[in-house]
Amino acid sequence: MPQTLVQKILSKACGKVKVEVGDVVEPQVNLAMSHENAALVINQFQEIFSGTSLEAYVWNPDKIAIIFDHRVPAESKKTATNQKKVRTFIEKQGITKFHDIRGDEGGICHQILPENGYVLPCSVIVGTDSHTTTHGALGAFSFGVGATEMATVWALGRIMNIEVPATIKVIANGDFGKYITSKDLILYLIGKLTAEGANFKVLEYTGSTFEKMNTSARLTVCNMSVEAGATSGIVPADTETVRYLRDEAWYKGKLDLVQSDSDAKFDRIVEIDTDSLEPQIACPHTVDNVKPVSQVEGTKIDQIVIGSCTNGRLEDIEIAADILRGHKVSRNVRLLVFPASARIYKQAMDRGLFSSLLEAGAVIMNSGCGPCLGIHQGALGDGERALATTNRNFKGRMGNPSSEVYLSSAAVAAASAITGVITDPRKGGY
Amino acid sequence: MLKVTYKFEDDISTDIIYPGRYMATVLPSETPQYAFDDITELNKILNSSEKLEIPLVIAGKNFGCGSSREQAASTLKGHNVIVIARDFARIFLQNSINLGLRTIICPDIEAQQDDEIEITESKVINNSLKKEFNITPLPAARQAIIDAGGLIPYAREVLVRERGNNCKI
Ligand code: SF4
Repeated sequence: MPQTLVQKILSKACGKVKVEVGDVVEPQVNLAMSHENAALVINQFQEIFSGTSLEAYVWNPDKIAIIFDHRVPAESKKTATNQKKVRTFIEKQGITKFHDIRGDEGGICHQILPENGYVLPCSVIVGTDSHTTTHGALGAFSFGVGATEMATVWALGRIMNIEVPATIKVIANGDFGKYITSKDLILYLIGKLTAEGANFKVLEYTGSTFEKMNTSARLTVCNMSVEAGATSGIVPADTETVRYLRDEAWYKGKLDLVQSDSDAKFDRIVEIDTDSLEPQIACPHTVDNVKPVSQVEGTKIDQIVIGSCTNGRLEDIEIAADILRGHKVSRNVRLLVFPASARIYKQAMDRGLFSSLLEAGAVIMNSGCGPCLGIHQGALGDGERALATTNRNFKGRMGNPSSEVYLSSAAVAAASAITGVITDPRKGGY
Repeated sequence: MLKVTYKFEDDISTDIIYPGRYMATVLPSETPQYAFDDITELNKILNSSEKLEIPLVIAGKNFGCGSSREQAASTLKGHNVIVIARDFARIFLQNSINLGLRTIICPDIEAQQDDEIEITESKVINNSLKKEFNITPLPAARQAIIDAGGLIPYAREVLVRERGNNCKI
């Protein structure tokens, strides 16, 4: 029987020849990721063992990854104490894939995982973060779970009771015009599908546009797949995946490149032509409220944020530096740049990108989630408006329910930083 | 018979249910005070001293979209809330089942604040409108977790079966 890529991954993880859409399965997990919310996972993990005579040890300390990123360095004693509790647990359990608050190997979980070779094609990954969909960019089946579900994975090494999801196949063909990026493509797609259009389903990305995309750009697309409700986004692993894992993540082991069968049954097929794609903007307060930039040009902005697990990679900082070089950030706007990982931070610094950004007036922040969730850096004032390269614009997302957040690519964000209003980067002659 | 405490539109995100600024508060015993913190009126009702026995919230599509934060489920569970929605976002629904928060999928539900509602095994009856709406049953696998009293007792049983011999549950 023909199978989709995700069916094949789940068959393997369950030790079966095949699984069908809708089957209830308990797949083995290859990697279980948490961030600061490991504090809650630990609590639930200990609950599972309470009342038994079993000692509370995790199933496999090498398959658990914990990355501090949401509130780093800690903004309050509460967060600091949670982080301390997690460190103690990590030591006791012997968890190896731990990325603390460090300038050499820290960063946002969804960047740390791929760049360290923790994400492999054909693996099953769960994370206590909804954007765990990101890792499908390397051909993994990767999705977000809650803390209690993660606690059961820590205890048992597998996920209890999930249904094999149906797959929506997205076929994108064509090239990107100047200053058009994979961010514009995924925003466009979310606008078409709506915020719940892919609920409980997987989005599988194929077509010449994806074949030509590098892993960075694919990560952006899979990252935001959850904004259409998808359980996961996935790009079938190919020669680019192998290149990334060997050259950028220094992974030396064996790689399993698997694809959907050509006659596999898809829930539906969505086709996109990227040749004529315009820069896209998600307008307040839902990610699916997407408009081409031409419809919102001139909207006044108070704060611009370039960074996050969506668009805080080297390419994004580079395009921003290229656009801003020799220009000044408007006096009416604050520009905050936060690289997605310590490694990217160093690469950007070594390439001199920070000089261009600093001279323009940008503030470079440490790697982490920072302003993306508005908890301890870069909160917005009442009635203020932000333009961000992040992935969510829900009411209150940047720390203030009476503010507004627009989402765009790094190119649009950088061009808008110069003018102080939403600007089409193709028109500025940068 | 229950009275509708609050009526929501579509796409209510976990940022609305449990704002990100309280994410450092993790323990289920401590989260309830922050439920719907930015909707002052609703937060007040939930936290008032004359607590409603069972607050009933009606929502449109995609309730609980956004972040995977489990606090969004534990904060409502702490107030014994029942949520009836046209449908739910995946992670929120799973978290609710895992923690034993009552979530009812009712694709055609019509109700306004203060309407009087009855919930049977297969139907939601709006007595104010004199209309009945079908409930979409959960898949059997989810029901098994609910029947066990949540994912923790469910997983504990599996764990003891697989790892333990001299166990006392
Ligand atoms: S950068 Fe934003 S979206 Fe990404 S993991 Fe951090 S908080 Fe979540």
